[in-house]
Amino acid sequence: MSGTTPERGLPPTPSQTVGPFFSFGLEWEDGPLAVAEGTAGAIRLEGRLLDGLGNPVPDGIVETWQADPDGRFAHPDDPRGAVTRDGFRGFARCPTDGEGRWSILTLKPGPVPGPRGTTQAPHVAVSVLARGILTRLATRIYFGDEEAANAADPVLGSLRGEAERSTLIAAPMEGGYRLDIHLQGPDETVFFAI
Amino acid sequence: MHHEHEVERRAEVGEGSPLWAGPGEGLIVPGYRRDHENVDPPGDFPEYRGTILRHPKRPLVPIPDLLTEVTGPLLGEDRIGGSDFDLTAGQGGEPQGQKMVLHGRVLDGNGRPIRDTLVEIWQANAAGRYWHAWDNHPAPLDPHFEGVGRCLTDEEGRYRFVTIKPGSYPWGNHFNAWRPAHIHLSLFGRAFAQRLVTQMYFPGDPMFDHDPIFNSVREPADRARLIAAFDWEATTPEWALGYRFDIVLRGRESTPFEEPHS
Repeated sequence: MSGTTPERGLPPTPSQTVGPFFSFGLEWEDGPLAVAEGTAGAIRLEGRLLDGLGNPVPDGIVETWQADPDGRFAHPDDPRGAVTRDGFRGFARCPTDGEGRWSILTLKPGPVPGPRGTTQAPHVAVSVLARGILTRLATRIYFGDEEAANAADPVLGSLRGEAERSTLIAAPMEGGYRLDIHLQGPDETVFFAI
Repeated sequence: MHHEHEVERRAEVGEGSPLWAGPGEGLIVPGYRRDHENVDPPGDFPEYRGTILRHPKRPLVPIPDLLTEVTGPLLGEDRIGGSDFDLTAGQGGEPQGQKMVLHGRVLDGNGRPIRDTLVEIWQANAAGRYWHAWDNHPAPLDPHFEGVGRCLTDEEGRYRFVTIKPGSYPWGNHFNAWRPAHIHLSLFGRAFAQRLVTQMYFPGDPMFDHDPIFNSVREPADRARLIAAFDWEATTPEWALGYRFDIVLRGRESTPFEEPHS
């Protein structure tokens, strides 16, 4: 690695699939819990992971990263400063079950500043990993009861029409929100190059 | 090079879109370099059959790194048990196989160490069998080897595991398909944008030419960075072979506030 100029930088290590047999390595007992069970204001965020035939993906893992309810991150690279909220991790991971279902417990994030004075609607960043996925797929989950905020969101606004936007918007349900992630097919989820 | 299909440049949302308008009033957040797009495998790689129904057919939509992408979970000591770096310990006896030390550094694309970042590894045992209910390869499980390790990098970005060399194993992808021996790694870096899950291989593996997962990385020079180096210095007399595997996560773009070009 020596001799590489800083201008050009070091080339990143390539991605490889997580494979089918990761559960004993990546499953944490508290993985799906961004907050503990019983936390006031906790919401369920859940759905299924589906392949191009609409069949469940039983060997996938969904990871989430998000702001807290005030739109703050426990991270020093947020120029507003890091804000840590007791009992809230901001990160969750959940392997899919035999029916392709994943489910996490978290707090609903608040709005987050975007570029040029815009405001991003409450959203959760999502990584999808599975056998057959060679490079982590990145998407976002927005909330169906945030119509005004979603309408002003710069990321949703960059998509082509309601059909694309709707693949990212979770439907309210009792105790939380629900959204299926379609890797392929007529309802294919929008995935981002980040 | 066929990576163009991966990312559609949506020219019409460039000019004038608040998303792509560049720095303006409000928060200025430097993003992460996009050089991984030329390095990572394509989603669609039919030689690896598992990709066929699991890759998005529509182009990925490019978005700049915003606050959610330049931050990420900073997972710390609470995720780690004291001996989690040693995959050969704490399971009631010595596992079968060739003991080895796996070590290296986690750097960003600017060559800076990434310290205090969680590294997770998992692997098959010496016979090529995973500790997983769905692995039906008729090789023996080893009651003394589950094959899971975790550690945090130190101040210099260094990590170190003690494990055994995993075996090759057959898989159903095509006739007589065998994976090269490999160890899976999961890294977080400092940002959602840096998340990396990958596999590390061993030098000189005769399966390289026959493995579509390894060859899904298109450029030989990029594939070479998935292969650990045998490390004489880390090889310990009467105890273990040493292998070194350095990992580079995406580097940050420079900020407008860093030193100007002369």
